[in-house]
Amino acid sequence: MELQSREAQKSFYKAPYKRKLLHALPGHILLAMMLIFLLFPFYWTFVTSIKQEKELYSSTVTYWPAKVTFDSYKKLFAEYNFIKPMINSLLVAVITTLLSLVVSLLAAYAFSRYRFKGRQFFMTLFLTNNMFPTVLLLIPLFAIMRKIGILYTPSSLILSYTTFTIPFSVWLLTGYLDDLPRSLEEAAMVDGANRFQAFIKIILPMLLPCVVATGAYIFMTSWNEYTFAVMFTNERNRTIPVALKNFIGQLGVEWGMLTAGGVITIIPVCIMFFFAQKRLVEGLTAGAVKG
Amino acid sequence: MPALLVICAVVFFPVLNAIAMSFQSYDLRRPSQIRFVGFANYIAVLHDGLFWQALLKTVIWVVAGVGFQFIFGFILALLLNRKFWGRGLFRSISLIPWVTPGVLIGLMWRWIYDGNYGVLNDLLMKLGLIDNYIPFLAQQSTAFPAVILTIIWQGIPFFALMLLAGLQSIPDELYDAADVDGANRIQRFFWIVVPSLRNTIFVTTLLRIIWVANSVDVIFNLTEGGPAYSTQTLSVYVFNKGNTLNLGYASTLAIFLTIGLSVVSIPYLKNLFKAQEEAK
Repeated sequence: MELQSREAQKSFYKAPYKRKLLHALPGHILLAMMLIFLLFPFYWTFVTSIKQEKELYSSTVTYWPAKVTFDSYKKLFAEYNFIKPMINSLLVAVITTLLSLVVSLLAAYAFSRYRFKGRQFFMTLFLTNNMFPTVLLLIPLFAIMRKIGILYTPSSLILSYTTFTIPFSVWLLTGYLDDLPRSLEEAAMVDGANRFQAFIKIILPMLLPCVVATGAYIFMTSWNEYTFAVMFTNERNRTIPVALKNFIGQLGVEWGMLTAGGVITIIPVCIMFFFAQKRLVEGLTAGAVKG
Repeated sequence: MPALLVICAVVFFPVLNAIAMSFQSYDLRRPSQIRFVGFANYIAVLHDGLFWQALLKTVIWVVAGVGFQFIFGFILALLLNRKFWGRGLFRSISLIPWVTPGVLIGLMWRWIYDGNYGVLNDLLMKLGLIDNYIPFLAQQSTAFPAVILTIIWQGIPFFALMLLAGLQSIPDELYDAADVDGANRIQRFFWIVVPSLRNTIFVTTLLRIIWVANSVDVIFNLTEGGPAYSTQTLSVYVFNKGNTLNLGYASTLAIFLTIGLSVVSIPYLKNLFKAQEEAK
């Protein structure tokens, strides 16, 4: 009897499979259309980067190159020394990430573990810090960097990126830390560890995935940033976004190389994002729900 | 605690500095004339036709940009919230626009919109919608809509990401309860989904409004604010002024932008905190 009913159940789930598919079909089509809209520009960038120059500027638009060529990439590195802005970008992004992470971790720990006067005020302030237009910070920072003499050096970029990644990172990390029970460190402290040791040995390893996600966020922000980069750098230390923009010259745009550079730029951020995605979303939404 | 103080110094000192600069005639092309001028910059801004135009553009830019991002982002989130094969992969790749540098977005779309070799023109021609190639970014009537379309494209993934996470946190029991009560899909959407996502919607739209209002790189790399200032929002205006090294005036403009954003976000935040108090 029981066996029979299980059989019946199975067939119940099997039979409407086609109907289910049919039911979901409009949704799938809509989804496919949205994905095409979202991804087509990337496809187009890639296709452009592997076309020959004469095909690029011919009167008929082709959707797949007649002849695949990597000339644009070769030229990018050979003639335009694209490796240099890549190194600059990497340097700025890595140092910003480390610096910003250390400061934010300490601040987030304070927010999460101590109840002090003005805590709520500071948290709100950090959230609203996002409100200040980057252009509002841009101008005084430009003047300050000029005064202290680090304008047109990588340090000026690192310093300014740190100022605007810290508040958001603190906000994210505080959210993660709040989820870790205090009893963890308290147990370690009972065993004779001091607060610092407890933090390094107990909290940090548990928080690691979240720290990585926050780090990825900071890295992506500084890797992608343009507005500050264009004002705070010169020929010697410009970063990738500025270098890309510079392919737009007086005599028109070198689209082949520009798109090749673009492809190279997105690859690292995509890889990082795929790894950090889950935690980052958790952090963002936890913040959104808890505030 | 020392960390906090450092952060405050680093983050808020520039803001105070900007306020100070807005009261000065601070033009790096004329460094000898840097001095306190009171409200002169503010008065000049209020008489500046370009400022008012930019303000209007900013409002349209934010309302249309964030509005459509929200609608399409929500649709995408709902579509991705179903169970089907390859969902994780689809979710990840649909987020790529969000992590793409603004410069590259601007430049990629500039190429798509191109008046001579642009793929959009070719597609529209093949679909029979246009007869001649249109230089989308070069004429005033089409430049602004084109720029807005680009920002919508950029923002859909972020909304989808946040709303999807919110959707997944809705417990199944709620749906079951609704089913028992005989709710149809539309009722379910308005009585369960929307209220459950209230906070997420609040925070996400607020963040997006701020980001979109402040974004410079996309517009700047598409059109640099042209043709004839038709795509110049306030933040782009500030950036262009900053580039001409008239820093005092640029600061004043930036402060107007900040005030404008505060007017929008303070009621928003109040509402959010109230909701949280209620939740407690």
